[in-house]
Amino acid sequence: MAGAFWCVVEDDRSGRPKKVMSEVLGEATRLAGAAEAVWLTDKATDEGLKQLGEWGAVKIWLLEHADLAPYRGEVWVPVLEALVERESPKAIFGPVTSRQREFLARLAARLGVGLAADCVALALEGDRLVATRPVYAGKLLSKVAWAKTPWVATLRPNVFRPADAQAGRTASVERPALTLPAARMKLVERREEVSTGLPELTEAEIVLSGGRGMKGPENYVILEELGGVIGAAVGASRAAVDAGWRPHRFQIGQTGRTISPKLYMGFGVSGAIQHLAGMRTSKVIVAVNKDPEAPIFKIADYGIVADLFEVVPHLTQEFKKLLEK
Amino acid sequence: MKILVAIKQVPDTATQVKIGADAKGIDTAGITWIVSPYDEFAVEEALRIKEKAGQGEVVAVTLGPERAKEALRSCLAMGCDRAIHLNDPAWGGTDTLVTARALAAVVKQEAPQLVLCGRQAIDDDMGATPAQLAEALGWPCAYWIMEEAVAADGQSIRVARQVEGGLEVFDVPLPAVLTCQKGLNEPRYPTLKGIMGAKKKEIKDVKAGDLGLEPGGEQLSVVALEALPPRPPGRIIQGDVPTAVKELVRSLREEAKAI
Repeated sequence: MAGAFWCVVEDDRSGRPKKVMSEVLGEATRLAGAAEAVWLTDKATDEGLKQLGEWGAVKIWLLEHADLAPYRGEVWVPVLEALVERESPKAIFGPVTSRQREFLARLAARLGVGLAADCVALALEGDRLVATRPVYAGKLLSKVAWAKTPWVATLRPNVFRPADAQAGRTASVERPALTLPAARMKLVERREEVSTGLPELTEAEIVLSGGRGMKGPENYVILEELGGVIGAAVGASRAAVDAGWRPHRFQIGQTGRTISPKLYMGFGVSGAIQHLAGMRTSKVIVAVNKDPEAPIFKIADYGIVADLFEVVPHLTQEFKKLLEK
Repeated sequence: MKILVAIKQVPDTATQVKIGADAKGIDTAGITWIVSPYDEFAVEEALRIKEKAGQGEVVAVTLGPERAKEALRSCLAMGCDRAIHLNDPAWGGTDTLVTARALAAVVKQEAPQLVLCGRQAIDDDMGATPAQLAEALGWPCAYWIMEEAVAADGQSIRVARQVEGGLEVFDVPLPAVLTCQKGLNEPRYPTLKGIMGAKKKEIKDVKAGDLGLEPGGEQLSVVALEALPPRPPGRIIQGDVPTAVKELVRSLREEAKAI
């Protein structure tokens, strides 16, 4: 379909699209009436293809080849460029992930079109698309527009309304012939992080964050316990990361991860501007801090002025009771 | 090895930013400017590569107005050998693509083996310029590197790239573009000697015409800059801890519908 809205699939590297794709497909469908998925992968599963159909993709462009994993821009860009040239999509969207931030920037450069990264809203105004993106540490919103199509954008997770999934809805699958350039970057090894058993920070619907008030690395156990009860990821402020209490990958904020969960709960987090830069677009913000003057209370929807070490065990118990009902 | 580090001058995070009169940019009056924090990791890593090899050259480059020279001066004070300032009103309203093309023209003139950038600038947070520079050059590129080691023969670099759930280690032939981030190193502070020495180092002004570039070609433009919609006022839940926690959980469930 010329003028189609394409959604580049982010998968879990074992042939299944990530949940964030339901948000990207949902937004593309809302804007254009229909969305198509473009999946570059070494291995798609039937279950994954079915999932994309249920999330509303009317068509799946399946670009499947062993050399498409791991992601390398120098391989992915020419492959998708060829399909873009042939099919002339009107928009190409992807979720904000480490690889799509790079990939869609590079693809936009190859196509000679603009890229809007980390969008939190998209709106058609007449025949142009206007994207809203946070700038200056989230202190302002910038509205941007493209000089020409395809409009290339990355969408922040947890911000856009997910597609209404319909069981049994299927997408047509087309497998274009592929010509892959030789990759110059060679994978040496992959080092998996030790799994915490909790969701990933940037994908989680609920995020708990521990700041300087946590007092030490050993105390994160109480947040992990609470996280286990409500299915939350556990992050940290820069102060806690710089103190060596948590690895950098858990840092929320300016020099860490940007998150937009449905619920953010900060424990012993003061709310320095660098931390707010990474979480201020969370839908509901809860702050627990002994210091009533902590700046985080200014943006919190709910606050408790108390010692987190008293509050967290009670919270864990209350949530347990609630969720057992 | 010759390394080019692309940096950007940005407002300090702690500084107040106000929307400017045209509602498309910020009011620059009273702003404190800094080198974007991620770029400092790139400068530091370039200096470490040079120091480890015992030879080489580190060239800082930026695109920006006259004041951006201060940012280049900071990089020289950290230890960069010289600097290039893409300083031309033709680049006034540039987007990432135009910036990447200008940087690519400099890279072609300078012919470094490696280009290091910060993962993203903390003003517009676009994070696109390094990838677009790599594309303009036709070079391989790795984002968000947490470790690197140049091969003994100087022909390739081994990098660990951060991805969701782990690190991917690649051998990347040079020349290449890499983006640096927190965790890679601890950027050094300029010494007094470094600051004094920086005054004698060269900052070369370059115009678009010097690179054979025509003005224009922007593909993304700012329509409007807006203040964040205010958050509804929050509520401090009173009472002893067990009571307050009960009320919080009830509120999250019934009012906010967040659980």
